[in-house]
Amino acid sequence: MKKILVTLLFLLFGTVANADCNIKSGSINILANDFPALRTLVETAKECKGSADFKVTHSAEHNKIAVPALTANPSEFSVRVAANSSIVPLMNADLIRPMNDLVKKYGKGIQESQLITIDGKVMAVAFMANTQHLYVRTDVLEENGIAIPKTYEEVVAAAEKIRAAGKMKYPYAAAYKAGWNLAEEFVNMYIGHGGEFFKDGGAQPNINNAKGVATLNMLKKLADLSNPDYLTHDSEAIKVEWESGNVAIMTLWASRSGTLLDDEGDAKITAATKLVAPATVGGGNIPAATLWWDGFTLAKNRSDADAEASFRAMAHAASSKEMVAKAADQAVWLVEGFVPGPKSVGVIEAVKMGAKPYPMLPQMGLMHGALGSEIVEFLQGNESAEQALKDVEAAYITKAKEQGFL
Amino acid sequence: MPNRSFFWFFLPAGLAMILFIGLPIISTGIQSFYAQHDQILIEVKKCDPFGCKTSVVVDQEATSKIKEEKPLGKFNGFGTYIDRNHLASDQVSEFWSESKSVGEFIGKVGNLPFYKALVFTLTYCVIVTPCVLLLGFIIALSLNAISRKIRGPLIFGTILPMIVTPLVGSLVLFWMIDAEGIIGANLQILMDDPYLSVKSSKALTWITIIIYGVWHHSPFAFVVFYAALQTVPQEPLEASIIDGASRFQRVKHIVLPHIYPVVTFVALISLMDNFRVFEPIIGFSAEGSAQSLSWLIYDNLVNEEVILFGSAAATSIMTIVGISIILTPVLLRTWKEFRTNR
Repeated sequence: MKKILVTLLFLLFGTVANADCNIKSGSINILANDFPALRTLVETAKECKGSADFKVTHSAEHNKIAVPALTANPSEFSVRVAANSSIVPLMNADLIRPMNDLVKKYGKGIQESQLITIDGKVMAVAFMANTQHLYVRTDVLEENGIAIPKTYEEVVAAAEKIRAAGKMKYPYAAAYKAGWNLAEEFVNMYIGHGGEFFKDGGAQPNINNAKGVATLNMLKKLADLSNPDYLTHDSEAIKVEWESGNVAIMTLWASRSGTLLDDEGDAKITAATKLVAPATVGGGNIPAATLWWDGFTLAKNRSDADAEASFRAMAHAASSKEMVAKAADQAVWLVEGFVPGPKSVGVIEAVKMGAKPYPMLPQMGLMHGALGSEIVEFLQGNESAEQALKDVEAAYITKAKEQGFL
Repeated sequence: MPNRSFFWFFLPAGLAMILFIGLPIISTGIQSFYAQHDQILIEVKKCDPFGCKTSVVVDQEATSKIKEEKPLGKFNGFGTYIDRNHLASDQVSEFWSESKSVGEFIGKVGNLPFYKALVFTLTYCVIVTPCVLLLGFIIALSLNAISRKIRGPLIFGTILPMIVTPLVGSLVLFWMIDAEGIIGANLQILMDDPYLSVKSSKALTWITIIIYGVWHHSPFAFVVFYAALQTVPQEPLEASIIDGASRFQRVKHIVLPHIYPVVTFVALISLMDNFRVFEPIIGFSAEGSAQSLSWLIYDNLVNEEVILFGSAAATSIMTIVGISIILTPVLLRTWKEFRTNR
């Protein structure tokens, strides 16, 4: 009983001690994706909510909700936690507000490098970085005398060797689920080949070329080494494959490492799992991966008071040294005071190798969408690479015309 | 019922229909004729944690001005309807002139998104509807023939597929056909092919969805047929037994003609439902291999980061037209019978 009382008191004072943002009014409603680091961030923001109303929606479907919810006036959410790609539709439709004044007034702990500025206007404050990189099973690689692969060509060779040794039927895994995930893999691989998605800064597509074909062929080679159901596997599904010990080499988001390496599941697999740099491809020197940031944006169609309360709570989290110290292995935080641990290897190596950020262009979403549905038939073996790329360009052009980009 | 009282009975439902179905359809129709305004892009300096560079963004000031003047967007007429992602008139005529054989032409047209979806939707409709009718009728006949004591639990068991939420039902089957699921793994052993995947094979995915469709929709046909069977008069049946008619002859000459209007009704409803096939595609994550018209609409509205209202509206309108075309023969027939009965 005494123990409980002490704990309760500690908790009580603990929260009081943290709640120093002194927010008196306004309401905060956050829309965010659902992975551990974002949950931690939102919890940290909640610590200093003061007397403001606080609500949060964590959803894997956040992309589908965001634009309609922020278009409403007043909008459903006051804060949208977005990334390089998901901020674009918000900016295209003018749904988020610049926060230069708020940064000046309340953003003391926020570093200059965290600010996402468009033409000098602060549109988002980033708090973590992300990328897709390789995960390997050191025990399986050692057993078969394979060095840690540095290029996708080496990944293919290694996976073939493991399969030939009869060790695993499907030694490679990546999120190839038809749609957004598959398109993301194409984007990574195409950038790895040094490709540009659009002709000289315009909106005309530029993927039906030798680099595009090489990209597709590499994706196909990797797909053939994956579980045959790969077209239905998203990040969560391949994580499960990995934890069941079916996979030796995998391309996965850095942000997923937290739950992959937690205490649940087979301890042997967890111990043998190593996070390494993203691979290069086709003799290129930049990794076949894109750099991502996650940051918060403020809804435009919401009162200034709400925006202020929201900013203060979010800024508290996005500059909290305590949080990054406590949750150091959940993400690569961009916040001051973060000490990178072994789980940050992927992102740090990617940055060192000169990885490019995901293109933050107004028409990129349309390209991404067209890729996700039109390259499927090539992977299924029903279409040539050239035809698939031609289809992507045609589908993109049609959508871009409807949206007024061409 | 006199027309007057019919009118008053129908009024509340009619009003609700106009409000919640009629007006949205009209608004969808209007939307389908518009496209977004031309985007005004400007070059600006963008900075993020990974560095700064010059790149384009949408010029909000200029855009908001145009949007205020014409909030609906740019008038596009039938432009969206005939673009590549819908009827693709240009592409189809181009394929026609450059194709050497009809097969090649069909193959090329079948590669266009709208026609791809249409082929699946029609295949699904054409196979599932008769199967549902037949299976429902057989189940109803058999259940009608067995002892009353066990009929109750059996009826409950039979309508279970309809009670189970479509997504849950399809997910259960989805896990069973996984490469490591009970059906998927056994198929691999049976066919002696370790790389066989029901989910990545187009044909097998189609078959799975069709089987699921039949499984899910049959109970509906069964329930309606079973109810109709209760109204079949006993006298002619007994008379035919005395005349030595076999069971098959009795069903063919007495039962079927009696419940014929109900069969038409079930066929109509099933056709409409099946033409809008959607949930199993999501449940089976079958987007890669099977797309339906409803899925195309969903894709335009939610799967893209940029919402394509015009595209979605055009596909919706064409789906409505498609359903009307499919239903016309059945409706014409019903109408004719209605006239002759009078």
